[in-house]
Amino acid sequence: MDRFIKGKVFVLGDNVDTDQIIPAEYLVYSLTSKEESENYGKYALSAVPLEVCGLPYGNIPFVKCGNKSEYEIIIAGSNFGCGSSREHAPFALNKAGIKMIIAESYARIFYRNSVDGGFFIPYECNNKLNAKIKTGNVVEVDTDTNIIKVIDTDEEFNLKELGSVLPIVKAGGIFKYARINNMIK
Amino acid sequence: MGMTITEKILAKSSGKKFVTPGENIWLNVDVLMTHDVCGPPTIEIWKNEFGDAAKIWDKNKVVIFPDHYIFTTNKQANRNIEIVRNFATEHKLKHYFDPNSENYKGVCHIALAEEGYNLPGKVLFGTDSHTCTSGAFGMFATGVGNTDAAFILGTGKIWEKVPESIKFVFNGNIPKYLTAKDLILQILGDITTDGATYCAMEFAGNTVTQLSMEERMTLTNMAIESGGMNGIIAADEKTINYIKDKANNNYELFYSDADAKYKAIYEYDVSKIEPLVAKPHSPDNKATVKEVSGTKLTKCYIGSCTGGKITDFRFAAQIIKGNIVKVPTFLVPATTSTLEQLKTEKYAGEYLINIFENAGCFITRPSCAACLGGPEDTFGRAKENEVIISTTNRNFPGRMGSKKSSVYLASPLTVAASALMGVITDPRSFI
Repeated sequence: MDRFIKGKVFVLGDNVDTDQIIPAEYLVYSLTSKEESENYGKYALSAVPLEVCGLPYGNIPFVKCGNKSEYEIIIAGSNFGCGSSREHAPFALNKAGIKMIIAESYARIFYRNSVDGGFFIPYECNNKLNAKIKTGNVVEVDTDTNIIKVIDTDEEFNLKELGSVLPIVKAGGIFKYARINNMIK
Repeated sequence: MGMTITEKILAKSSGKKFVTPGENIWLNVDVLMTHDVCGPPTIEIWKNEFGDAAKIWDKNKVVIFPDHYIFTTNKQANRNIEIVRNFATEHKLKHYFDPNSENYKGVCHIALAEEGYNLPGKVLFGTDSHTCTSGAFGMFATGVGNTDAAFILGTGKIWEKVPESIKFVFNGNIPKYLTAKDLILQILGDITTDGATYCAMEFAGNTVTQLSMEERMTLTNMAIESGGMNGIIAADEKTINYIKDKANNNYELFYSDADAKYKAIYEYDVSKIEPLVAKPHSPDNKATVKEVSGTKLTKCYIGSCTGGKITDFRFAAQIIKGNIVKVPTFLVPATTSTLEQLKTEKYAGEYLINIFENAGCFITRPSCAACLGGPEDTFGRAKENEVIISTTNRNFPGRMGSKKSSVYLASPLTVAASALMGVITDPRSFI
């Protein structure tokens, strides 16, 4: 895991569910076929209602064209990833190029999938960061000190420690973690 | 100090005498369930991670019910069924239920119950968020993603954080205009979609005791809609009666201690609860049916793991019998047994299936169908800006296939009454 993660931010609201992250009709695509799996990047966040897509402005597409987003960090409100167990959701965000999500809170399965699948770093924040940071801002996160710095404004905020899942996040997922700890070969 | 039923099951599964909420433990899994949407990626991850040495930890403990995208011409969806079929054949899996065979069952959460996989005291993980449904049988059941499922497939083990428990107590005789769906919509309205995140939701009280196993499953099914890790109802005589002809395996009964610690306890008098809906676009957007009555509808839908059981169709038949629906009404029985029962069971002298067909309802074969939208050609799928009332469990934007559509969630009684009027209607007008 890199100590510093820097990128352009995409801001979302509360209760962004897995149907908004990747609509169920696209779940037919293979996650392993190189060609088919590109669709996950293409359709990531494609069902977020337009008025709340890219806050505070809205109407900002997450993926403008192709299969990659210009944004690398998502800042969201509470209960991010609620709904279904589809791992296709964190997979899709990873495919689109997301390296980190900072949300007030997560739904359990999405959080587990993010950690155990090693898709990106799922931070939680103490304060409503999604009301303080705007889509398009550039931020840098120090994963040692858990501090986020908004480059455009020089403001700094503390993030919550990753806690008991840190070893799995650091290892890059549950399989890597289990190998490091000699649980599997 | 005492433990809750969830803590006791998790303690046993992790080989500990005592567990405390918040601690991470490793569990020994009793059953792993998957389906056609999450099965293929789970199998891929398992193959890639374990390589040539990939071995299923216990073939008797893996259950596969293809159920999501079954009756479709979509190539990739059919390819995915092919992948789980080949996997089951290659590994000689006994507990695989192929859509192209007489063995086909339909919606996994209901089939798990009907086929005897739900057993008190056991630990079930499934690649579907509504795996919590099985908790109605006094077991620990929860959903996971593909990576976790692949890890279980190879090792039989998985980590879990012991949840705090929240208790929901319902007391009183359930009025005939209410169903378990109204009770869970009441809870959702009260605690919201993240009110039970990472928590166990325990349902109790003399109302819950009165409920049939299928109605109990409606409660535990929607625990995930509040973010719950699991929903659970301690087993009783009804549970034992339900499983006795279905299951060969042993089970163990657990009960919460009187001094078990709860994060919160909610108590309800069911005589004070009214028929409810969840308005668009969230399952916690509660309103009484009265408050939204008269809302014009384009479609009604009865189906899914939470609202397509035989009990749900019995409720609907009471209202629909002898009448004609005013808006297109789509019925999807959860399982092949449900469909069979529709054909063989009567209400007031008429077969259930005839009641619905004579009323002008469309009925199809069992699967998840339009509950989660699905491919273009899915039966009952939402198109453009429809207004739908449905017995399903989610009404997030786009959930049923079109993000321009509005979906109201309600009990089968409310959906049936609304189908007859073409507008949202309180079932008390008919009962």
